[in-house]
Amino acid sequence: MDILGIPIQALMGQLMLGIVNGSFYAVLSLGLAIIFGVLKIVNFAHGAFFMVGAFTAFLLAQYMGANYWMTLLLAPLLVALFGMAFEFLFLRRLYGLDPIYGLLLTFSLVLVLEGGFRVAFGSSGQPFATPEQLRGTINLGFMILPLYRGFVIVSALLLCLVTWYVIERTSLGANLRAATERSELTQAFGVNVPRLITLTYGVGVGLAAFAGVLAAPIFHVNPSMGSSLVIIIFAVVVIGGLGSIMGAIVTGLGLGVVEGFTRVFYSEFSSTIVFLVMVLVLLLRPAGLFGREEG
Amino acid sequence: MPAKNSLKTLMVSSAVLSLGGLSSAMASEGYSDDVVRIGVLTDMSGIYTDLSGEAAVEAVRMAVEDFGGEVNGVPIEVIHGDHRNRADTGASRAREWYNNDGVDMINDLSNSGVALAVAAVADEQQRHAISNSASNIGLTNDYCSPYVTHYTYDAYSLAHGTGKSIVEDGGDTWFFLTVDFAFGIGLEEQVSEVVREAGGQVVGAARHPLDTTDFSSYALQAQASGAEIIGIASTGADAINAINALAEFGVTPDQRPAALLLWYDDIVSLGLETAQGLLLTNAFYWDANDETREFSQRFYERTGRMPNMAHAGNYSSTMHYLNAVEAAGTDDATAVSEAMREMEINDFFASGGYIRPNGRMVHDQYLWEVKSPDESEYDYDFMRLVTTIPGEEAFQPLEKSSCHLLNGS
Repeated sequence: MDILGIPIQALMGQLMLGIVNGSFYAVLSLGLAIIFGVLKIVNFAHGAFFMVGAFTAFLLAQYMGANYWMTLLLAPLLVALFGMAFEFLFLRRLYGLDPIYGLLLTFSLVLVLEGGFRVAFGSSGQPFATPEQLRGTINLGFMILPLYRGFVIVSALLLCLVTWYVIERTSLGANLRAATERSELTQAFGVNVPRLITLTYGVGVGLAAFAGVLAAPIFHVNPSMGSSLVIIIFAVVVIGGLGSIMGAIVTGLGLGVVEGFTRVFYSEFSSTIVFLVMVLVLLLRPAGLFGREEG
Repeated sequence: MPAKNSLKTLMVSSAVLSLGGLSSAMASEGYSDDVVRIGVLTDMSGIYTDLSGEAAVEAVRMAVEDFGGEVNGVPIEVIHGDHRNRADTGASRAREWYNNDGVDMINDLSNSGVALAVAAVADEQQRHAISNSASNIGLTNDYCSPYVTHYTYDAYSLAHGTGKSIVEDGGDTWFFLTVDFAFGIGLEEQVSEVVREAGGQVVGAARHPLDTTDFSSYALQAQASGAEIIGIASTGADAINAINALAEFGVTPDQRPAALLLWYDDIVSLGLETAQGLLLTNAFYWDANDETREFSQRFYERTGRMPNMAHAGNYSSTMHYLNAVEAAGTDDATAVSEAMREMEINDFFASGGYIRPNGRMVHDQYLWEVKSPDESEYDYDFMRLVTTIPGEEAFQPLEKSSCHLLNGS
């Protein structure tokens, strides 16, 4: 059976790949959305933290002999700590100023991190082995899915749901949302808002690093691996609605799928389609698909 | 070989004839600004940094030092700049260097888009440009100039090295994964021609943007095409990611990837486990003979890495340029161009190499196979020589070149 001259098998295959890519978009844009929601900072360094996550995993495996599962746990933690230190030492000074300052500071961090890793490890990247347990493929009937990619989808979605649950359904999340809306009032209730903010930044950055470790066996660890993603991630957050958690997750997955289909029909257009969607959404719903109109 | 020599004499004399009008008007004794200035225009921060970059600058510096740091008593200076893989940035930097900074020769020129743009500026400004890292054969065809030299390799030599040997080995249906700019498209065209000439068939191609990380979708398309050979017309990180994706999606046993431009550095990055068995056409390998080992050892001590063919070409071409400047007794571009095209190149990089009137440096190319981890006996022991492709076969025959210098128009 063909759809527009494309065999249905090929379409299903691309749909599956779209979901894999969408999982990365979802985890990354989720972190970005949380940070923007709470800190009102446009975290341009998100792609760089994704890259640092992958490199941290590579270094842990290479020099400490850590296995994949340990790196999946440790690398996001270490990068989150680094992110929290960055927030505490630098980013904190910019709250309340024009968002452009935050953007400039985080962008400068991108240049420093990418440049530093490029000097230390070169531009063509480092190999990162797929964990033994996840080698091999599953035959889905319509395509051969590498086992590891299946694992990416499952773990990314799980992480997204847990994060969503914590923010929307627990008291910690309630404090967080309260701090976002009325930070002074929340502080008056005895909640340590600055610490909460540092923690939020750490979680956002940790999510990016987690995605980086997930990506390492697929994409090869190289210093520019985050920079091509970060622009798309921004588009995802804008389309989903700035600061909307569910918006980021759903839009991330959805755009992965749209991009996958575009590759089948008109491959050259696949790097542009996301932005076309963004333009259309902004024209029709300026607050994004899941965003609330303010005022 | 008398036949080769007489052909060469013919070509050199035609070059001299075509340049004659210019040179009598322009040649002047002496050195502009009392310094010979070489600019290395390369990718210092992008996807091709490992292939050229800082190490390319170092290779040129080594050549200048080995030459003695001065030519006929005039000091030689090396400067470098980043073209950021953008043709317009490369062209404007080249123009600035030629016009304001007194640069006599620009070397390296990784990225075909940049190389073609700079070649046009070099021709207009009548200053030298030598490309060692770019592959597009436009440099010795429509964009040819008396001042432009294409030194190390080109898309034709890759197609007639790797491409041809795979077709001869029975791989006759091809699907291409092509990076979507001058380099990839030029390479795809060249290899397609070789495939069709040998009676093979090109069943399709997928074009991807430069610096693509996710090749999974292209891997599926390649699988669906049913082609025996998946030709990868990209290089550096793109080629590495493509090879990995093809391996991950278990391209069926009847399908094989063929990387059309692999660099020594790509093998390092892929690791022998993944790269073993891949064929690559390279003009230079550090471990080929005593001379290459001697150069590579010195290069390694300075840069911490083994040189690839472009690094070796940067050294060799800078040396050749300086020899020509010395012989001509001036840095006047036209006189140096004549000398470069008259003098033979004999060093660790090329033996009996010569530059054709269209700027193509003709020298032997080599087809290598990547060793398996078991075969690799010491550090950086990565490749085995499969065959030597004589320079006359490796490069586009002069009569096929569309270079305007050849028909005197």
